[in-house]
Amino acid sequence: MSSVAVIDYGMGNLHSVAKALEHAGSGETIIVTHDAAKILAADRVVLPGVGAIRDCMHEIRRLGVDEVVREVIKTKPFLGVCVGMQALMGESEENGGIACLDLLPGKVRFFGDNLKNSNGDALKVPHMGWNQVHQVSEHPLWQGIEQDERFYFVHSYYVESAQQSDIAATCTHGVEFSAALHRDNIFAAQFHPEKSQHAGLQLYRNFLNWNGES
Amino acid sequence: MGVAKRIIPCLDVDNGRVVKGVQFVDIRDAGDPVEIAKRYDEQGADEITFLDITATAHDRDTIVHVVEQVADQVFIPLTVGGGIRELSDIRRMLNAGADKVGINSAAVKRPEFVKEAAEKFGSQCIVVAIDAKRVNGEGEPDKWEIFTHGGRQGTGIDAVEWAIKMVNYGAGEILLTSMDRDGTKVGFDLDLTRAISDAVPVPVIASGGVGELKHLVEGVTEGHAEAVLAASIFHFGEYTVQQAKEVMRDAGLEVRL
Repeated sequence: MSSVAVIDYGMGNLHSVAKALEHAGSGETIIVTHDAAKILAADRVVLPGVGAIRDCMHEIRRLGVDEVVREVIKTKPFLGVCVGMQALMGESEENGGIACLDLLPGKVRFFGDNLKNSNGDALKVPHMGWNQVHQVSEHPLWQGIEQDERFYFVHSYYVESAQQSDIAATCTHGVEFSAALHRDNIFAAQFHPEKSQHAGLQLYRNFLNWNGES
Repeated sequence: MGVAKRIIPCLDVDNGRVVKGVQFVDIRDAGDPVEIAKRYDEQGADEITFLDITATAHDRDTIVHVVEQVADQVFIPLTVGGGIRELSDIRRMLNAGADKVGINSAAVKRPEFVKEAAEKFGSQCIVVAIDAKRVNGEGEPDKWEIFTHGGRQGTGIDAVEWAIKMVNYGAGEILLTSMDRDGTKVGFDLDLTRAISDAVPVPVIASGGVGELKHLVEGVTEGHAEAVLAASIFHFGEYTVQQAKEVMRDAGLEVRL
């Protein structure tokens, strides 16, 4: 039976991620850990994360998770979620500017004060709630998920990809941003599949069945 | 198109049991928070909020187990309020599977607690719950004051100023309850809801007074709320969450259906 490592660096709701993977799966072993050997031994790896990027990056580096992630993305199906997606980018504007892992080109930017929609109505930040995810590339992780399906978001910073071909989906909250990215065996989502009911569980199921090829 | 307006059923939990009489005819155990949460999830609730009204600190461990059980089976956002006084309370709830915690009296007692909580866990999981009552006389300008201890204790603090301060301290969302309207079924205090929604950049959840589905619509259109919370109209099977969403959609609001 295959196994999935959920990387635990002390930031975030790992209970929900692990339980959703378990629920979506069919008996895969779910391991919540920051132990490099265990992560490297798993068949698939999830990097979750919530909270401020400074603290997340600090813990990622302190625990050596950065080196493990660099190794993992060479070979295994890898899924970054929320701050776990932002951490893959070059840098983030949050906390006065924080260098991230620089595995995918692009920046993490603030939605800004006085954010407005196309009608000029004020929009709230954090972007919190169910918004439409517009798939812009075909990918095994979208299997069984409708175009423009709603997923649950909660974030004040968004990913601006510098590589068009990396974008798997977009979403709009005042600005159009990258809701999901993909490159080789990396997939990353700004939304929370573990909190997005049926569609989220379907995405996790797809990840558990994914061999890492686009 | 954009982010959907949210409908949030709220369950009052006392020592692990749902109180205020939830009545679903086809639920075996109407006091079981797990069964009720599952039902709301099936109906399309966008989030679920648990308000722990357990009186003693000792028995409050029970809510942790409730959250764990719900989070094992229900994959939508969960908020827990009531009895959140220390950072360790928040840690426990998040570890159990809650996504957000509601802080009320502890914030009034020591506002820095909200700052510390937001720095430690991120604003996205810190909801400041505000219980407000109108205090202006007739003909005077609108004024609301915040109350604690279930609306029994006045604080002298202006509700709009308090909401702004809490957001500056790191609150990622405001859960706003009108104590005047709570339990009345005549609708939200829309002036209050709008005054606070327009004053803060973060989402505001309107609460207190819902008796009909059109009240939910008004909370958004006239109160400018991002989300609406209700308890009894859903508990007694008068309306389903699905019906509520259809009414909101028909009123031209964006909802997740």
